[in-house]
Parts: sequence; C-alpha cells; structure tokens
Amino acid sequence: MLEIKNLHVSVHGKQILDGLSLTVRPGEVAAIMGPNGSGKSTLSYVIAGKPDYDVTAGEILLDGKNLLEMEADERAQKGIFLAFQYPIEIPGVATMTFLKASLNALRRARGEADLTTPEFMRRVREASQRLKVDQEMLRRPLNVGFSGGEKKRLEILQMTLLEPRFCVLDETDSGLDIDALRVVSEGVNALRDASRGFLVITHYQRLLDHIRPDVVHVMAKGRIVATGGPELALELEKNGYRDYAVQAA
Amino acid sequence: MTAHALPRSAAEATIVKQFEALKAPPVSPRRAAAFERFAASGLPTRRVESWHYTDLRAAMTDAAPLAPSPDRAAIEASRALLAGRDKAGAARLVTVNCKFAPELSDVLPAGATAASREGRATGAKDAMASLVEAMSPDSLTVEITAGAVFSGPIEIVHLAVGEGAYSLYSLTEIALTAGARATVIETFLGAAPAVQRHAATMMKLAKGARLKHAAAVGDEPELHLESQLVELEAEAELNAFGFVSGGALTRRQIFANLIGADAKIALGGLALIDGTRRADTTIEVVHTAPRGVSREFYRSIVADDAIGVFQGKVVVSPGAQKTDGAMKSQAVLLSPRAQMNAKPELEIFADDVVCGHGATVASIDPEQIFYLQTRGIPKDEAVAMLLEAFGAEAIARVDDEALARGLRSRLAAWLAGRNAVGTTQNGTMEANA
Repeated sequence: MLEIKNLHVSVHGKQILDGLSLTVRPGEVAAIMGPNGSGKSTLSYVIAGKPDYDVTAGEILLDGKNLLEMEADERAQKGIFLAFQYPIEIPGVATMTFLKASLNALRRARGEADLTTPEFMRRVREASQRLKVDQEMLRRPLNVGFSGGEKKRLEILQMTLLEPRFCVLDETDSGLDIDALRVVSEGVNALRDASRGFLVITHYQRLLDHIRPDVVHVMAKGRIVATGGPELALELEKNGYRDYAVQAA
Repeated sequence: MTAHALPRSAAEATIVKQFEALKAPPVSPRRAAAFERFAASGLPTRRVESWHYTDLRAAMTDAAPLAPSPDRAAIEASRALLAGRDKAGAARLVTVNCKFAPELSDVLPAGATAASREGRATGAKDAMASLVEAMSPDSLTVEITAGAVFSGPIEIVHLAVGEGAYSLYSLTEIALTAGARATVIETFLGAAPAVQRHAATMMKLAKGARLKHAAAVGDEPELHLESQLVELEAEAELNAFGFVSGGALTRRQIFANLIGADAKIALGGLALIDGTRRADTTIEVVHTAPRGVSREFYRSIVADDAIGVFQGKVVVSPGAQKTDGAMKSQAVLLSPRAQMNAKPELEIFADDVVCGHGATVASIDPEQIFYLQTRGIPKDEAVAMLLEAFGAEAIARVDDEALARGLRSRLAAWLAGRNAVGTTQNGTMEANA
C-alpha cells in the first residue's frame, strides 16, 4: 500500500535521505530502527508532507497515488497520519475544537456531512476512556502544558478518531513511562487490521515488545541497510547499530 | 496658530473656519481654551512624539464639512438601521451624527441617567482630544450611581448617517459615583469612506467604582480618531477593551490617570488591519497615587499592505510607590509588506515599583500550520483557526461574557470575510494619504 522508491531528500542543501526504498503491505506493521542522524524523522516528515524538504529524486505512493504531489492536508485526507515525536503546542485552540475541525475536514474531503455534536462527543468519550485521556485535558488548549505522556496519548487518540489508512509513528515511545507505553501501545494495537499499514520508527526494542512488528528495517545514512523479522530488533538491542553504520559508509 | 512652525495646512484652515462659524452664539471660555490648545500645535505631525507613527497633518488633506444636525429623515433612517440589528446590551443609547437621540434610546434604570449636557472640561493636553472638546457644544453624559442595577451592558451606539464627506465631533462622558458598577459598550456605526470622525469619551470613576468598557470600530470612515480620557479615584477599577476592524486611518488614544490609591486599570485591544488601512493605538497610563495596578495587553493582526502601531507609555510619579504595571503588545504579520510599529515605554520616578513590558512581532508559526494540516485541515482553515485563537486570547481579557461573545463573533466574521476573498488579496480601500 505504501511504496517508497529511491527517495533522495535534502534539507538546506544537506543530503539526508539517499536512495531509500521501502514497501509496506496492507495489514503490515513495519518497524524502522536506526541510530541518531540516520534520517528517520526526516522520512516521517517527508511522508507527511512537511514543507522545506527538498525531494530531489524518487517517489512515495499510497495505494498507487503519488503523495509528493499533495499538500500535507490532502495526504491526511487520503489517509496518512503522522504521530509526532514532539507534538506541537497550539495556544488558544481548545483540544475539542481542534478534534472536531480535523474529523470534519476529513469527512468533507470524503463528501460526507459533518458529525453531529452528540455523535462527535460519543466517539471522543469512547476513545478517550480507552486511552485514559482525561476529559478535562480535552478542554485545555491543544498540547499546551501537557506532559510528554499526555501529548503522546493525545496523538494516539487522534489516530483512533481519524481512522487513517496508513500510520507513521515517530518515536512514539520517547518520553513515556512504562504505564503510558502500555496504554499507547494498546491503542495502536487496537487499530491493527488487515487493511491498515503502520510504519513504527523507534530507537529502542522496548516499544516493539508492545507493538509486535511483522518486519524490521534498519536505517543508516539515509537508506535501508537491512531487513528482517522481529528477531532483527532483538539483535540490534544486543549489538547496537555499529555494524550497520560501518556497512552503510 | 502662532506657535506653529509650519504654514497652516488646508485642513487646519478649514477647521479654523469651522470653529469661527460655531461662535454664534459665542462659545464658552472653556471651549475657546480647548481650541487654543489645538491651534497652538495644529494637526499632529511625526515631530510630536506621541504621533510619531501617524502623520495626521499629511494624512488629512482637508477637513470635511461639519455634519448637519440630524433632521427627521436622518432619525427615521437611523431607526430603520437599528431595527435590523440585535441589541448588544440591556439598554441602548443612540447618538446620531453626535447628537443624543432620546427618541431612539432606552430609558436607563433607576439610579442611572443619560442626557445631553453642556460638556465639561476634558483636561486633554492632546491636540485632537482638545479639538473634540472645542467643537462639541454638548456631550452625551451617562451618570451611574451605586444604586443602579442593570441586567446587562449599556450600549452606546454612535451612528453616522448621511451621504458623502462630512466631519463628526462627539463628546461622551461616563461618570460613576462612589461604589457604582456598570458595563458599557460603545459601538461606532454607519460611517462611509469619506467620513472623518473625531470622538472623545471621558470616563470618571469615583472611589471604589467599577466600569467594564468596550469600544468597537467596525465601519469604514476615512478617519476615526478616538480619545479616551480616564480618571480613577481610590480603589476604582476600569477594564477597557478596544476592537478595531475597519476605517482607512484609525487611531485610538487613551490617557488614563490613576489619581487615587489602590486603583486598578486593565486595558486591552485587538486590531484587525488589512488592505491599506492604518490602525494606531497609543496609550498613556499615569500612576500618581500609591499601590496602583495597570495591565495593558494588545494584539494586532496585520495583513496585506496595512500598518499597525502600538505605543504604550506607563508613567510612575514619585508618589506612586508600590505600583504594579505590566504591558504587552503582540502582533502577527500576514504578508511581507505588512508593518507593525511597537513602542513600549516606562517612565519610573518612584523606587519601589514592579513594572515590565514586552513586545513581539511575528508571523504565524509554520510548525503549527503543518501540524494542523497533517490532521486534514486545509491551510487556509488552519491559518484562520490560529488567527482566531490569537485574537480570542486578547478578547479573553474582556471581563464580561456578553461583551466577549459579541467581540468573538466580530473576529470570526472578519476572518470569514478574508477567507471568502482569499488570503492574498490586496485591499480595496483608498490610501488615506
């Protein structure tokens, strides 16, 4: 469903992704592991459509459609969801107002009517109970003053409500304690089904204990340098990235 | 204009003639003195420090003829205009071309009165506020005593009616006796692009009185010059907000004196400036008594080729120990050509005070836009959401839910209007210079 072919990306003239190719099939959870500076976050931003990244070659296809020709909001409307490593604080915008705007924007793009307020409230209540998101938190401005764990839970709450085709999780485990990690992982696992794809970007094996990947890719110096099953993550945990960093160089 | 270094401008010459014509019957010595204060300096130029960013003399190529007193037809036109408009408060007072129109106004509850009276001395030093005093034979005076009970805000609607170019001079006085409480909104309505409006509102709060005030400028005059002259006695509290979304050249100036101990003032505002408009907010808060508290919080959204100005000066006199002052001005620029001039100043002559100020000018954070876009929200809508939030945070300082609600809907309407015509459009207003 997601195909990345020979992707070359530079930022302010510096090459970050250097011929990256990757395929994620429907229903698959693919993990990407790699050392700092290997280009993992760049990959997630380029998939989501962040401006200021210069794609010099290659393509990213979702269900055969070229994402690189779309604005970030169109990509979201086509089903891409990025769970941010550092969710952005937006003062003055109540979280509820934002959630409703987002849900309805996706519905309008599909030609559907806006949700009624009771239906919207019901969905939010249900999802937030499951993800242990406090109702009081939803009345506060978006992400403002939220703890690291609260921000990540809210990312997964959004993912749950928006029901994307393809989810990119950028270091969702960073800043989470064990309990929050479990809640967040359960939220992700609840969304796994035969048609939805996931790209789970992480430094550490521990997230993959909770979200079991089907495939593990190792990324170094802007490309995929190894691919294997879940056992590859365990091996990395033991030996570190040194072998792969050398190999890529 | 003996002290005036520049030759008299066309607008100044017209104003002198207009004032001469008003002298039958002779004007009071008070008004004559007020005119002298204006005439001594003439229309302000950049050389007057408090007018540094708004060269009124250059902008006013001429003074439009004085608006005639409203006739029967004007009153009926006003009645029709008001009928199509929801009341913003529990009681409405109406002026038509600066004349109080009791026939269009509600009667205030017991303990409060509204009447047209001979104006009182404004004490204004500023040339343009002095000119309003000189040109206004009487003022709409609203007096509120401690016994008055209101079910909601009092709205004063300043209506402009008539065709073509004309000048308006209006003087309003809001006086609260000791311990009185009131909420007042002044709405300026109806002015078309050739109208020059000069307005002054005196707010006098006796001991322990509390006034919540908002002023809204949403019509399209060529010139809107509004002065607020505020005097707070001991323990009096004023919360005043200014909302500007129209007018080719708008200047709101506030001169506030905290003359009694323990007085509190909170001034705030939101200016929405697009096209080729200019909007200037200039405030001067003077603490002369101990333990005064002053807060100023102003925000501007400046788009297209528009220019915003914020000048804030807080003066702490030697006797005003324990003053607590904080001033903040923040602006968002939406185009590379939009300009904001911010000049906060503190003049402190007492040694035991806490005073601070801050000013920021920025564009919308692209990270915030991107985050919203990744949730499917189109860019225009994301920008509107962020601007609405930015403005709403200023409006949140309005300490009255009914007033705040009204202002939020004005903000939403302004943003919707911008989105409807596209965010990159150039304004269609004529330049004022």
